[in-house]
Amino acid sequence: MSITSQAEPLAKIRSKQMMELLASGKRIDGRDLLAQREITLERGIIEKAEGSASVTLGNTRVLVGVKIEAGEPYPDTPNQGVLTVNAEFVPLAHEFFEPGPPNENSIELARIVDRGIRESKAVDLEKLVLTPGRLVYVVFVDIYILNHDGNLVDASEYAALAALQQAKLPKVEVGEDGEVKRTGEFEKLPVVDTPISVTVAEIDGKLLVDPNLEEENMAQAKVTMTLTKDNKLCAVQKSGAGTFAFNQILECFKIAREKSSEIRRKFFEE
Amino acid sequence: MKSSRKLIDENGLRVDGRRWDELRPVKMEVGLLANANGSSYIQQGKNKIMVAVYGPKEAHPKHLGNPDRAIIRCRFHMAPFSTEERKSPAPSRREVELSKIIREALEPAVFSEYYPRSMIDVFIEVLESDGGSRCAGTMAASLALADAGIPLRDLVAACAVGKVEGQIVLDLNDVEDKEGEADMPVAVIPALGRISLLQMDGQFTEEEFAEALELAQKGCRSLYEIQKQALKQRYLPEKEALEAEEKGGK
Repeated sequence: MSITSQAEPLAKIRSKQMMELLASGKRIDGRDLLAQREITLERGIIEKAEGSASVTLGNTRVLVGVKIEAGEPYPDTPNQGVLTVNAEFVPLAHEFFEPGPPNENSIELARIVDRGIRESKAVDLEKLVLTPGRLVYVVFVDIYILNHDGNLVDASEYAALAALQQAKLPKVEVGEDGEVKRTGEFEKLPVVDTPISVTVAEIDGKLLVDPNLEEENMAQAKVTMTLTKDNKLCAVQKSGAGTFAFNQILECFKIAREKSSEIRRKFFEE
Repeated sequence: MKSSRKLIDENGLRVDGRRWDELRPVKMEVGLLANANGSSYIQQGKNKIMVAVYGPKEAHPKHLGNPDRAIIRCRFHMAPFSTEERKSPAPSRREVELSKIIREALEPAVFSEYYPRSMIDVFIEVLESDGGSRCAGTMAASLALADAGIPLRDLVAACAVGKVEGQIVLDLNDVEDKEGEADMPVAVIPALGRISLLQMDGQFTEEEFAEALELAQKGCRSLYEIQKQALKQRYLPEKEALEAEEKGGK
């Protein structure tokens, strides 16, 4: 069951300050409305994972590990590999994160990242078949939130994509009895698109790119748009108990298109 | 799974005989569950969805209560027999996400500030599912809130738009949702002229996205009229009877 979330109370004086700054087009951390925080990206940190990457977005910090195993395909897609995305809000990332099974926020986050990767067809799943209908590669993307300072979706999406791009696919031999053995050799995981998400929050009629935690608590709603390398929209999610005007949504698309190509050029073009 | 079946034929008709901008037949009713404070039923395509609203009532457990406003609890749930293959009654990840998305689509329409420290429960049960069940569920939920007498800024109208064989189409059915190229559910609060639910998967160019958003608005306008009709059907006779009584009394 989904329950109205209790946002962290923001001190009145702080929110007043934020509103005053916003009125003059400035943000509490000194950014312009459309500026993202600084992004750092590091690939291949976890040796035992087939792929891994860590991303920082200001103080937000996310680690993604990719594990690849042989397994059964889904019955409705017998000739495709399997991609699953999971997110853990690790308790070390924020005072309010509790250990336990995934809650609606971590499920939503994983599903937004999943949608971007899946709908852009970034991972060529048809190339991940070992025995058609029986045995395929299963790609597990596990998102680990290490520090929460807002906009977990974008940080996770960039880290997931970087980890997939870096992931190596273990070559396997399938024996007569169906036993799967790793040969010890690897090839590249076929990643053929670079979906990039951009999240925009709305506060008092203003659109803010890459909201930090205080801004997220202040905003009624945010929207994440993911674009493919051909600038096609491949995933959208409005989140939060607020609303957007129609023209704001169209404006968000333009912002997302510009920002996503900047990030793609800087971090993801090979 | 992609099939070779054509989703739009040479006459421009879709698999269920509709044109690109036509809605499926839809039926909405309110006030059908005796126990609930408000309830509704919607039938749209093969979708059959029942919604009950309980509350506003004291928040329980009490620590959930908010001193400034009512909290809303929302559950979107699909019956095990609602799908082709039996669905486990345990909430799936999809249902968890949709419960959140629908709650967030309804909240901006509710004057929750009128009921501090209280709680409003919205239970959405999909008895049979078809394409667009989250939109149908959202519409029915707003009707059930209205039926419960909870003050609303407006009802919430919702419909999906998508792309099928390169064509932008309104109100996707199951097959179009699964085999089409894009699906975008949109919910609108007409009185505010604002979007309270927006999701998308598939692929849209900028022009297609703008066109789809436009079409969704159009679909929502038609559905909004049907929603109001459902409320009138239930409450207009009562109001008229009351007025007649008052006149008779004078």
